[in-house]
Amino acid sequence: MSLTLLALQALNGLQFGLILFLIAAGLTLIFGVMDFINLAHGVQYMVGAYLAAWFTAATGSFGLGLLLAMPTALAFGLLLEVLIFRHLYERSHLDQVLATFGIIIFLNEGVRLLWGSAPLSVPLPESLSGSIPLFGGISYPVYRLAIIAAGLGVAALLYGLVNHTRIGMLVRAGASNAAMVSALGINIRLLFTVVFGFGAMLAGFAGAMVAPILSVEPGMGDNVLILAFVVIVIGGIGSIRGAFLAALLVGLVDTLGRFIAPTLLRALLDPAAASQTGRALAPMLIYILMAAILFARPSGLFPVRR
Amino acid sequence: MSARLRGTLLPVSLFLALALVPVFAKLGPESFILAIATRLVILALAAMSLDLLIGYGGLVSFGHAAFLGIGAYAVGILSSHGIDDALLQLAAALAGAALFGLLTGLIALRTEGVYFIMITLAFGQMLFFLATSLAAYGGDDGMTLSSRSQILGHDLLRSDAALYGLSLGALLLCYLLCRRLTASRFGRVLSGTRENRTRMEAIGFQPFRFQLVAYVMAGLIAGLAGFLFANQTGFVSPATMSWQRSGDLIFMVVLGGVGTLHGAVAGAAAFLLLEEVLSHWTEHWRILFGPLLVLAVLFARGGIAGLVGGRRG
Amino acid sequence: MTTGKRTLGLAGALALVAGAAVAQEKVKVGIILTLSGPSAVLGQQARNGFEMAVKDLGGKLGGREAEIVIVDDELKPDVAVTKVKGLLERDKVDFVVGPIFSNVLGAIVKPVTDSGTFLISPNAGSSALAGKNCSPFYFSTSYQNDQVHQISGKVAQDRGYKRVYLLAPNYQAGKDAMAGFKRDYKGEVVEESYVPLNNLDFQSELAKIASLKPDALFTFMPGGMGVNLVKQFKQAGLTIPVLSSFTVDEATLPAQGEAALGMWNGSNWAPNLDNPQNRKFVDAYLAAHNAVPATYAFQAYDAAMLIDSAAKAVGGNMANKDAVRAALRKAEFTSLRGAFKFSANGYPVQDFYLTQVGKRADGKLETQIKEKIFSNYADPYVKDCGLAK
Repeated sequence: MSLTLLALQALNGLQFGLILFLIAAGLTLIFGVMDFINLAHGVQYMVGAYLAAWFTAATGSFGLGLLLAMPTALAFGLLLEVLIFRHLYERSHLDQVLATFGIIIFLNEGVRLLWGSAPLSVPLPESLSGSIPLFGGISYPVYRLAIIAAGLGVAALLYGLVNHTRIGMLVRAGASNAAMVSALGINIRLLFTVVFGFGAMLAGFAGAMVAPILSVEPGMGDNVLILAFVVIVIGGIGSIRGAFLAALLVGLVDTLGRFIAPTLLRALLDPAAASQTGRALAPMLIYILMAAILFARPSGLFPVRR
Repeated sequence: MSARLRGTLLPVSLFLALALVPVFAKLGPESFILAIATRLVILALAAMSLDLLIGYGGLVSFGHAAFLGIGAYAVGILSSHGIDDALLQLAAALAGAALFGLLTGLIALRTEGVYFIMITLAFGQMLFFLATSLAAYGGDDGMTLSSRSQILGHDLLRSDAALYGLSLGALLLCYLLCRRLTASRFGRVLSGTRENRTRMEAIGFQPFRFQLVAYVMAGLIAGLAGFLFANQTGFVSPATMSWQRSGDLIFMVVLGGVGTLHGAVAGAAAFLLLEEVLSHWTEHWRILFGPLLVLAVLFARGGIAGLVGGRRG
Repeated sequence: MTTGKRTLGLAGALALVAGAAVAQEKVKVGIILTLSGPSAVLGQQARNGFEMAVKDLGGKLGGREAEIVIVDDELKPDVAVTKVKGLLERDKVDFVVGPIFSNVLGAIVKPVTDSGTFLISPNAGSSALAGKNCSPFYFSTSYQNDQVHQISGKVAQDRGYKRVYLLAPNYQAGKDAMAGFKRDYKGEVVEESYVPLNNLDFQSELAKIASLKPDALFTFMPGGMGVNLVKQFKQAGLTIPVLSSFTVDEATLPAQGEAALGMWNGSNWAPNLDNPQNRKFVDAYLAAHNAVPATYAFQAYDAAMLIDSAAKAVGGNMANKDAVRAALRKAEFTSLRGAFKFSANGYPVQDFYLTQVGKRADGKLETQIKEKIFSNYADPYVKDCGLAK
């Protein structure tokens, strides 16, 4: 195991973590501000990917496809908010879980009816295809670097928005005490709608960004949703900073763990036992990480004060 | 109708209907009807144990299928070593469930709310991945059981009706047990903790202990359900304890009405029968199933038990 | 024959009437496939293939009206058990055709064969059912899984690849794939890498491959995983040969696109297999579904033809299980793959090919036969199967 390879795997972990962050950011805000468990957040990611695939096929350009997919994902998120989610804010968490699960089932089947069961494919934009040489004579795909750049860009934007604008202040206040914000004469309903639409768009953006590298298929949001929940719980619900750090942590642990664990185990056990244990252990790593963090800090790394 | 009468109407009619299933099964494809009904009763048992946690303890476990898996794997692993005695298998299932419940409960109950949901998910996932790596026991593909469990050396459960009877008996027994439990001092402390933990602590209780006992109890019942489940399907695989299954159990509880115990039974019945009927109708049955869940939440507060009445106040 | 006619008494006449009543009975087939969720496309291909065969037979199987009941196993073993009980008990089918996935097969094989119903697998081909657990009620129109992976191993060995990188998902079929590959390959395996099932991002694997510089990559990555791997492999700029099974097929090629061009695959069939019945099948499938059929479709088509041949041989009398079994064993039908016969364990004895992804005249992608690797190959597990030939 060379050092360059390790660095490369770290880059992969970073990229994976940033995609997770894009999804988790909206989830943690919606949860933190509205106290609303939105299981349907994962399907927003899927819808984003499908929209990107659809518009790219229609316009013949991924750039245009992405540009069109974003506002459509936003509009779709707002539509869901007005039609259904709005009526669930006052309800118990369990009601929210059941209703949003119903939406997952509906939309997974819906995209299947519209686009078929076969995975769709989005061609990589010409300008971002190929790889560029990095350190140590190893090259890295340009598009992956673009994802990293976009993820970091969104993170910086969010940091600015949340910490240095009026709406960001309201969002932070809402995360701490929504009733108080409402009592101060703020239109909390509008704030909720804005936060919701923004979160949906971020998830849609993540879906659109991965469309050229992953297969676009029904149900693609389900496992990602679970990972996003792992991220926001580790980070502390409602905390963008927590979500960012936790997303990178999960991304790195998952990628590097799978890479390092077998090597480490081989030093301790005989090869057959090591590969057997390594195989069993690798997919568990992030759950072990989450359990350990919650054991030490029952409200995540950066609990929002209430 | 008085509230009390309405409160007993649903459970009594539910159990009556379930008891009549074998009679009606004789009129149609018997073993198929019994297979569906047995599956329903077993999942109802698992859902009811989860309702003990959710409805009374306020503890939403998202890893409850793990106990189902422990029970099923106890049957599978023992029978693959030639031990097919039901009592031994059941003892192993319950011991495994208790141990897992105790270990994970000690850690998970330090957290609350959504953090509890997620930490139980984490433990469930760990067990799931452990099962997929058990190459000797079929790994991801699972394993087929050579026969159903033997009772004192007799193949009594070979008859579908006997297995159904045993499952329904287990459900009824556990239901009565849980009702007694929730009405007792233990149940009151548990509910009290859900409503106000600080107050409970202030009057001298240690809520943690009560929650842990409830968590292990629920795990034991789900472990029993897992034992029955393996016998019903004749097959054990990690899919028994996937997070989707844990999710399904939560939905059954919520659909039926939280905190009523029999609501979970009604929820499991509605969930499975809807799936059976709709999927027979169209391949795209999920496009109908999803909106039905949304409508159920929006317009049927308190789930099925709430609709019928007699919801716990 | 005149003497025979004369001695035909009342009892004989009654038997004839009864025979006519039997003759009018339908042939019932229950189909259980994965028709929902991410892998639904495979089940749909198989369903299309079976339905096409029945259509080609004029809606009949063995000259009797065919009644087809299709159910979705949802890729959940326990759901499959309940659904299959419905087929057996409620619909009282004569044959069960399915499933796609081996974990579902493991769950349904016992209930189906225990009930004395014939199970014909149009895809899943567990080695577990080929050896000592073989069943007189189980037949397969596909292959025994290991054989397909073995093709790649044989090719790697014959081509003299010194170092090969193996990549598969972390589950039973993935482990079987690696074992199958290593059966004939004697060179160095630089890495046996397992990724989690439903892994989506292969970047870290690809980085490792690039750094180890093997002569070839062998992979088994079914469904969406294969789509992702192929796209990302190309994007990473890797150029080593890719030997594979169930990774590039007609079900995934539309999504993989040109990135898959030139990749190798092991199979018992390909759309361009040159015989009249196959040419007709592929053209008809294309016309009906605007897609190139994959092995799932062809194997299901063959399953229907097999049932047709058996139903014809027993004159529609499905109650005589031994006669049906004997007729199935004979496999007197024209398979799309050409020559076809069963081994004692119910798996086919057939040819296996190395195929390569190429472009059709109409611009669509397909796998194309390049070389025959094994001829009339019966899987080796049959020696443990106690059934008489």
